[in-house]
Amino acid sequence: MLIVEGLSAGYEDFRALFDVNLSIKEGETVAIVGANGAGKTTLLRAVMGQVKLHSGSIRFDGVDISSMTTHERVKLGISLVPEGRRIFPSLTVRENLLIGGFTKRPGPWTIERIVSMFPMLDRLLSRSASKLSGGEQQAIAIGRALLSNPRLVLLDEVSLGLAPVVVKQLYSALPAISDQGTTAIIVEQDIHQALAVSDRVYCLLEGKVALTGDTSTVSKSAITSAYFGAAV
Amino acid sequence: MSWLNALIQGVLLGGLYAIFATGLSLAFGVMRFVNLAHGDLAILSGYLVLSTASTFGIGHVLSVPLVLLVMAGIGYIGQRVLFNRTIGPDPLAGILCSFGIGIVIQNFLLARYTATDKSLDAGSIETSTIRVNESISIGHFSLLTFGSAVVLLGALQLFLSYTSIGRAFRATADDPATAELMGINDKRIYGFAMAIAFATVGIAGFFLGARETFAPASGPNQLLFGFEAVVIGGLGSLWGTLIGGVVLGVAQTFGNQLSVGWNLLAGHVVFLLVLAFRPNGLFGTGVRT
Repeated sequence: MLIVEGLSAGYEDFRALFDVNLSIKEGETVAIVGANGAGKTTLLRAVMGQVKLHSGSIRFDGVDISSMTTHERVKLGISLVPEGRRIFPSLTVRENLLIGGFTKRPGPWTIERIVSMFPMLDRLLSRSASKLSGGEQQAIAIGRALLSNPRLVLLDEVSLGLAPVVVKQLYSALPAISDQGTTAIIVEQDIHQALAVSDRVYCLLEGKVALTGDTSTVSKSAITSAYFGAAV
Repeated sequence: MSWLNALIQGVLLGGLYAIFATGLSLAFGVMRFVNLAHGDLAILSGYLVLSTASTFGIGHVLSVPLVLLVMAGIGYIGQRVLFNRTIGPDPLAGILCSFGIGIVIQNFLLARYTATDKSLDAGSIETSTIRVNESISIGHFSLLTFGSAVVLLGALQLFLSYTSIGRAFRATADDPATAELMGINDKRIYGFAMAIAFATVGIAGFFLGARETFAPASGPNQLLFGFEAVVIGGLGSLWGTLIGGVVLGVAQTFGNQLSVGWNLLAGHVVFLLVLAFRPNGLFGTGVRT
């Protein structure tokens, strides 16, 4: 469904990704792990069209989307839960969720469904989104991304800066997402969390794919060495 | 009693400033765009009303809706092909660009219409009044202006609060990059915002032209009043814009009451006081950058 070929990308003079290849099948949940600065976030931003490509191509459902704008990609059914959550501070919680459905893509997700997935949002719907806790904001960010009824959802560092109990709560919602047939790419620094929910894993090291394999078969030590770039 | 009269006239005058400031406030609120051509655009609208009326042989009032449509179109196209290119981390490009556009408009008007003072004819409502007592009489036209300001701001508030596009306006104002992640084309939203801003400046141009005479170079003065109303009321607050207009209007009529010729000075002084002691304005939430 998503095929990334020979992708190099970065910011102005700094190149973050070197010749990255990625192939994601429909319905899969794929984890992308790697240390800080390995290029995970840049990879997701490249898929969304938020960073300039130096070379390579990104195809979604056979269509080359490399030169499409971000909002055009959203209309095709790709959605990102951005790093740092990026909630709209002057909108209420309900409005933050509603704006996720701006493209009016048809699909299974409704506000009621999001609320039943994250019950903590129920009593917050009419509150301003700016004064909520990190976990609540993350739940809104995930709900907001789902309300565009994406076929492919990208989750960037969902657990960042959150208490373990909150992370567990958020991750428990993931099966509900893949149950809808939605393909998911999860970027995580927390390897255990990432492996627990994914079918396949890519490990990035200094902007290159250092390892890829099925979560069930790939060995811990192989991931560790790919993660840190050292022979174990 | 004359002070009460000054208060009433000032409040009503504030309505005109508020209509004028709405477009400025919207353009700044949604895309951080400081439009220095705003005053000249109001004057341009005034002349467009004159031309439309003489071309089609209709009255000035009937010409207004047509001019508003044209202004909205110019706003949308201008934003998409010109102003969108100036958006970036440095606001100077947009300021300079609109400054240049303002000068172009002034000189175009001078070449096309000469420097002769013109005014618009709103009909008998211009001079009819409600006479409260011997020292207070309220002009119907001033009331209409103020009422229009309230209706305009109310409609805009409803639009921003309850429509999908309105939400997209607010989301884009908060964070354009994340708004794009929602499938919102921020460039298009900016175009819509400018279309609305230009239409409101067209309304302001009509009320201004019916209230007093105007000439090709009248724009910058109006721009100053508009900015003062926005800053006094507070950036990012629609109703603050109305209050800002009213405060400015009352300051001017009170100044006039103290001594003829002090009206503009009094307005500027109040503006400076607000800027000094409440830089975010009376109702402002501050500017996110």
